[in-house]
Amino acid sequence: MINRRDFCKKALLVAGGLAIPLTALEIFNPRRLRAEKSGSGKVRWVFLVDTHKCVGCGLCVRACKIENEVPYDANVTRTWVERYVVTKDGKIHVDSPKGALDGFTSTKIDQGAEHPLEIRNEDIDKAFFVPKLCNQCDNPPCVQVCPVGATYQTEDGVVLVDRSWCIGCGYCIMGCPYGVRFFHPVHRVAEKCNFCYHRISKGMKSACVDACPFGARRIGNIKDPNDPVTKIIMTERVAILKEEYGTKPQVFYLGLSREVK
Amino acid sequence: MVHGEAWTIKEFFVYPNEYIYWTIQIVMYPFMTGLVAGAFVLSSLYHVFGVKQLKEIARFSLVFSFALLPVAMMPLMLHLQQPQRGIEVMMTPHFTSAIAAFGIVFTTYAMIVASELWFVYRKYFVDTALELRQLGDKRTPVQNFRHLLYTVLTLGAWDVGEHALEKDEKAVKFLAGLGIPVACFLHGYAGFIFGSVKANALWMTPLMPVIFICSAVVSGIALCIITYVVTMELRKLIYAWQRRNKPYLPSTEELKSAELHVVTMTTKYLVMFLVLAITLELLDLIFRGYTAVKSWDILRKVIYEKDFTKIFILQYGFGNLLPFILLLLPRLTIRRAVAATLMVLVGVFMMRWNVVIGGQAFSASYSGFMEYVLPIWPHDMETFKEGFFGALMVLLTPYVLFYGLTKVMPVFGLKEDSH
Repeated sequence: MINRRDFCKKALLVAGGLAIPLTALEIFNPRRLRAEKSGSGKVRWVFLVDTHKCVGCGLCVRACKIENEVPYDANVTRTWVERYVVTKDGKIHVDSPKGALDGFTSTKIDQGAEHPLEIRNEDIDKAFFVPKLCNQCDNPPCVQVCPVGATYQTEDGVVLVDRSWCIGCGYCIMGCPYGVRFFHPVHRVAEKCNFCYHRISKGMKSACVDACPFGARRIGNIKDPNDPVTKIIMTERVAILKEEYGTKPQVFYLGLSREVK
Repeated sequence: MVHGEAWTIKEFFVYPNEYIYWTIQIVMYPFMTGLVAGAFVLSSLYHVFGVKQLKEIARFSLVFSFALLPVAMMPLMLHLQQPQRGIEVMMTPHFTSAIAAFGIVFTTYAMIVASELWFVYRKYFVDTALELRQLGDKRTPVQNFRHLLYTVLTLGAWDVGEHALEKDEKAVKFLAGLGIPVACFLHGYAGFIFGSVKANALWMTPLMPVIFICSAVVSGIALCIITYVVTMELRKLIYAWQRRNKPYLPSTEELKSAELHVVTMTTKYLVMFLVLAITLELLDLIFRGYTAVKSWDILRKVIYEKDFTKIFILQYGFGNLLPFILLLLPRLTIRRAVAATLMVLVGVFMMRWNVVIGGQAFSASYSGFMEYVLPIWPHDMETFKEGFFGALMVLLTPYVLFYGLTKVMPVFGLKEDSH
């Protein structure tokens, strides 16, 4: 029969032994994490697209593919340009052949497996181009659904992917309402636009911004009130994409039309 | 080649990066976990609620559920782009993700099933080990191995007195009872993985986990009935052949009547859950049509035009309505029951297909469609893994495991007093 003294001794030993592996875990305080994410930083990267200025040349797409080493001919891209053609019968035609890598070389609308659609000029009510890229959402669903935490948001708001940690389940691709994510054909992990994080964190502009000859794309810091991009966002009428998902996107559009998907 | 390009056909405007990323293996995943959960619930009906008529099939479905368990993980591994990192889901879970719970739920469930099995078979393990021990030095190498195996399986608990066995029974009842909510959670959570994707108009509904559980139970019971009948038919053949030497074995007629009795009872539960599953699915469909939010235009085209055959003919018609009628017609025969349960399995598989593939049949831009072309003959590893043969491999593995398990834990021919 065990006596009281022995029992106490052994109980302490067991409790101590159990505690050792527990020390390997760190209890995070969610408030502290949040503070680190949104509080202290002086930078929050945002993007401004002026759709009036875009001509659909596709130079941004090319620059992006080369800069970020996404295979040139692969049918995936970190950024792309969409063409909208609204005809007099009220129909909306959209296309983005190869993400507009080579611009829009034909007036025919690319319809995938269907035949390209010929639209006569006199039938067109309006037509315009809309560049798309990752919205670096304030409430990113892709970060929420990653089962291993391989995708995360930096202090300055950019969502990144850890290529050495991603298991390639595709849940983030499914979770993004904007369709900006894909599997990198070489690294075989989730891939997305990161505002050229390696460039902007060194004081440069993203490759697409530098490549755009018309100034349709601009990048800025919304926490700096003197930033020209911030000034436009604060004073002019800007729109965001798919507000209904509650993702709080941080790519702002000037001249966004209701037809844009 | 970009992942997904090999089997995706795009129509009209689809975002450049959109492909069918979740393919046949993700159809197999909820289908297989559904079978696991369903088989377990069936066995629990006997152990917890004391449905005596299910006694024969209860032990059987418990072992079968255990055989299906590792297979629920297989399709996930086959679909990952970096399968070697798959273990990180368990090691570094990110708990805001529905998938991160997988490790915890799955291992909890596996432990419950394993310990329930142990309590059910403990007496058998002890008896067999003692029997082999008596042989002493006369044991063949195979018998030596079996002796060692069963000795280890007893885990040192040799007491098979009346009192100890009573305790075993209590433990089984407790574990079976605990297992039901965990099994429902395991599968409901598979439904949550889809139901919580706000970016997907077809998937996002709070009904998804409940629909998944109901159809899981339906498919689990259906598969148990089929496998049970097949095993019984084999037994009839074997017994008929062996009866020449061992006249005490039950006759074919005896086996047949017992078999019909079990099958009739089990199909009643099948029909019950089937009604529940269909009701919920139709509620979801009606609700979407009635509320007609922004996504309804494209969903309507997918449901009533693109996928009409898959949804209304294969799933609801062939997979639900027809077996429903077949099972409710009077004077049920084994043959009719098997035909109906096979149809039910097709129906549940099509339901998974229509959810997983159907959810990717339209672009997030709501202005284009994607079609999935299942790769049959593989021309590389990817088209094998996420093609017909990969799925077939997943489908056949539980039977191989089941065969192996029954070598250690026979599901038939145990003495009457065991449960």
